[in-house]
Amino acid sequence: MGIGKPLVLRGFDLGFVFRIFSWFPVEFRPLRLIRMASDNARVAIQESFCFHCGEPANDSGIIHDEKAFCCAGCKLVYEVLQENNLCRYYTLDRSPGRSPTFWGGTTFEYLDDAAIAGKLLDYSDDRVRSVTLLVPRMHCSSCIWLLENLPRLNPGVIQSRVNFLKKTIRVAFTPATTVRTVVELLASLGYEPEITLASLDGEAASHAHRSLYYKIGVAGFCFGNIMLLSFPEYLAGGSVDVRLERLFSVLSLLLALPVFFYSSAGYFRSSFAGLSRRIINLDVPLALGILFLFARSVYDILTGAGPGFLDSMSGLVLFLLIGRLFQEKVYDSLNFERKYSSYFPLAVTVRRQGSERTTPVSSLCVGDRMIIRNGGVIPADAVLVRGNGLIDYSFVTGESAPVTREAGSFVYAGGRHRGAAVEMEVVKEVSQSYLTQLWNEADQKRDARAGLTSVSNNVAKYFTAAVLAIAAITALIWLPGNPVVALNAVTGVLIVACPCALALSTPFTFGSAVRVFGRFGLYLKNAGVVERLARVDTIVFDKTGTMTHAGASALRFVGDELTMREIALIGSTARSSGHSLSRALQEYCSLTDVLPVTVFAEVPGSGIRADVDGVTVMIGSREFVMGKEERVLRRLAAGTAPMESRVYVALQGVTMGYFAVGNRYREGMDTLMQELRQSYRLVMLSGDGEGERRHLQSWFGDAPELHFQQSPSAKLAFVQSLQRQGSTVLMVGDGLNDGAALRQSDVGISVAEDTSAFTPSSDAIVDAASLHALPRFLSVSRRSVRIVRASFAVSFVYNLVGLAFAMRGDLTPLLAATLMPLSSVTVVLLCTTWVMIAAKGLGRDQCLSSRS
Amino acid sequence: MSVIAILIGFSMLVAGGFLVAFLWAVRHGQFDDRYTPSVRILFDHDDVQPEDPASKRIHKKL
Repeated sequence: MGIGKPLVLRGFDLGFVFRIFSWFPVEFRPLRLIRMASDNARVAIQESFCFHCGEPANDSGIIHDEKAFCCAGCKLVYEVLQENNLCRYYTLDRSPGRSPTFWGGTTFEYLDDAAIAGKLLDYSDDRVRSVTLLVPRMHCSSCIWLLENLPRLNPGVIQSRVNFLKKTIRVAFTPATTVRTVVELLASLGYEPEITLASLDGEAASHAHRSLYYKIGVAGFCFGNIMLLSFPEYLAGGSVDVRLERLFSVLSLLLALPVFFYSSAGYFRSSFAGLSRRIINLDVPLALGILFLFARSVYDILTGAGPGFLDSMSGLVLFLLIGRLFQEKVYDSLNFERKYSSYFPLAVTVRRQGSERTTPVSSLCVGDRMIIRNGGVIPADAVLVRGNGLIDYSFVTGESAPVTREAGSFVYAGGRHRGAAVEMEVVKEVSQSYLTQLWNEADQKRDARAGLTSVSNNVAKYFTAAVLAIAAITALIWLPGNPVVALNAVTGVLIVACPCALALSTPFTFGSAVRVFGRFGLYLKNAGVVERLARVDTIVFDKTGTMTHAGASALRFVGDELTMREIALIGSTARSSGHSLSRALQEYCSLTDVLPVTVFAEVPGSGIRADVDGVTVMIGSREFVMGKEERVLRRLAAGTAPMESRVYVALQGVTMGYFAVGNRYREGMDTLMQELRQSYRLVMLSGDGEGERRHLQSWFGDAPELHFQQSPSAKLAFVQSLQRQGSTVLMVGDGLNDGAALRQSDVGISVAEDTSAFTPSSDAIVDAASLHALPRFLSVSRRSVRIVRASFAVSFVYNLVGLAFAMRGDLTPLLAATLMPLSSVTVVLLCTTWVMIAAKGLGRDQCLSSRS
Repeated sequence: MSVIAILIGFSMLVAGGFLVAFLWAVRHGQFDDRYTPSVRILFDHDDVQPEDPASKRIHKKL
């Protein structure tokens, strides 16, 4: 699904209505119904969308059974399903498929190794084996249906069961079938399982929640019965038959044993683990509270002094566990969406049947030929087919010296190619989680910066220590006079003042902000970026490729008329570069042949020098191409016209003239600037000439800071000088010739259009279509920080008030036990829903932009 | 009043039965996935899947 256009009807914002429906199950959302209807119409009229996966299929020319397909893979899956009478797949959901893999039998060879296959198996005997695999690509009810019908595709499969929320499938198969067969069957259908080292190590993550459920069940059972046994004590107020009271107490004690030794064991284990590393973690006061209550109750009951506080203790444990389950569920869903379902808006140029077109990396198929330009990141493991690669693996290995690769050699994903464009054949599909991981690891040191996250960690640490101190003081005050109140007060203090709420607010607020941003086209590297975004006061824009469209510009040549061969030379040179002006040139020259490029050097911010078919070609800025000779051609020296950038061309050292590239600004740039101008200092840094100063001045306000002819190092220096003045800088660039400045700025956002502008040094990637929503993104992040502060304040006040009551001994342990987990749950709920509400403004422009 | 002791014994037995039922349900994975079954039940079953003869044993193993 793409991004829905804003639905505005005579000034009435329909998006609001549709947002209400977004709470409905997918099948019943009106937009989906409309979209399905329009899909039907589209398919009927043009037959131009892949019947299997819904991608455009105009150029593929693959028609089978009167249905269009985008690639041979999709057609093959269709044929397989048709053969096996499984076409209901297509009726449950429209175009449910994902383009499958042609792995050529190499990728999963390692699964033939009995040791590795054995690690994956959940169970094995002489009649049946079963394996659980993670399949992140399942996304709709059709997927569930097909995946559960695997036995019909391969008789060796006995049964397959899907867990949709965890995106796992458990397959039971006969011993005659191998794990590799099962994995390859899934991959051939477009559901390649993700086999990671963790899954090979047999990590039973899928059962993590089970033990929590057991503990909750046991605690709930015991709590309920202990409460029943305590009612006489509550209601009759001491006039209960002594023998019965004694029986009830002993029964309660028996019931409390599993709660203490089983259900609450996790808190003790975690406290000990913390203490042994000399850290007082959040579980310490809780564990102490539970221990006090239990010890005191045991003492009371055994000495016959009273019924103890077992009801409070088991209640506390039960509520704590329920709170934890809730937390884990929310956290899991945040995490999963981040890892698997929010694809970056990355794309590569793919050559199919002679024509080149850009394709999102998520739909790259094995066997696709991709063109990687200078500076492009290799999105998937591939084999170099044409050209010599000079690949810089610094994101992956930290080693910055580029390695040379010749045609025919294997290239791992994650490297950045330098030099003339090369052609590669994809051998393994893109792993979104791998790219995310690369991005996260690319620049670890940034995350160490102090912020609210670390503040909350520190506060939590000192707070815990303070609470323990207060509890000790309370005990000292009460103990000499009134030991019963002393226990009440101390346990009350320990439980009510637990700073859980403090520790939870930051991850949950920023986590949901990241999720919301991802839905609207801004992909943040991690939760810490939200906080830095909120502190921004200066925004620096790059011009070309950021404010303007890449390619598709009006272009004319000024100078002597070029021959076809000269155009071919220029086109072949420009083809290797990812710069937006190069792309415009390339489009202009696209009808000519592609000539071999032998030497290629791109000077960021200046131009390209290349040897093409024996001719030295230079294209770029005037200084770069004509050098210091100052041999300025008279007719070229005429004053610069507005609204255009100039690309000078020299062949064999002779300046031929220049291309005048008319800039087309992205839609909404003027309003974007006007909105931002009101609350931020705006700066523009451009590598181009001053041609458009006048035009831009109107956008940047009365005292515009427009800097032209900036080299990449000048951009970096400028950002540094802004920071020295105390500004917090947000830099928006295309990531091609401003990488260093992006990295230096407090938040670097790279704008992704249709190139693989994956810049691991940036903190965020924004879909070009969402750039105009920048003011809204900024305000949501500011609001998120405010939400965190507010919840800090609320939980602080709550703790102080609670403490005051608890110290006086007025707070019964049972009341404290209910209040404490309640506060954690409230914080998690408030933080996540508040962010959703704060993000409502985002929806104004782009409601319904769901990316699945 | 000693009848109360007997009643309590019975109530414990009943409640314990529910506890066991809950633990059994968790053990058999009924809490692992609370979404897929709701979709699965809507599929037509013109094609009854052959029952996995070892599924019980797999559950035990897990």
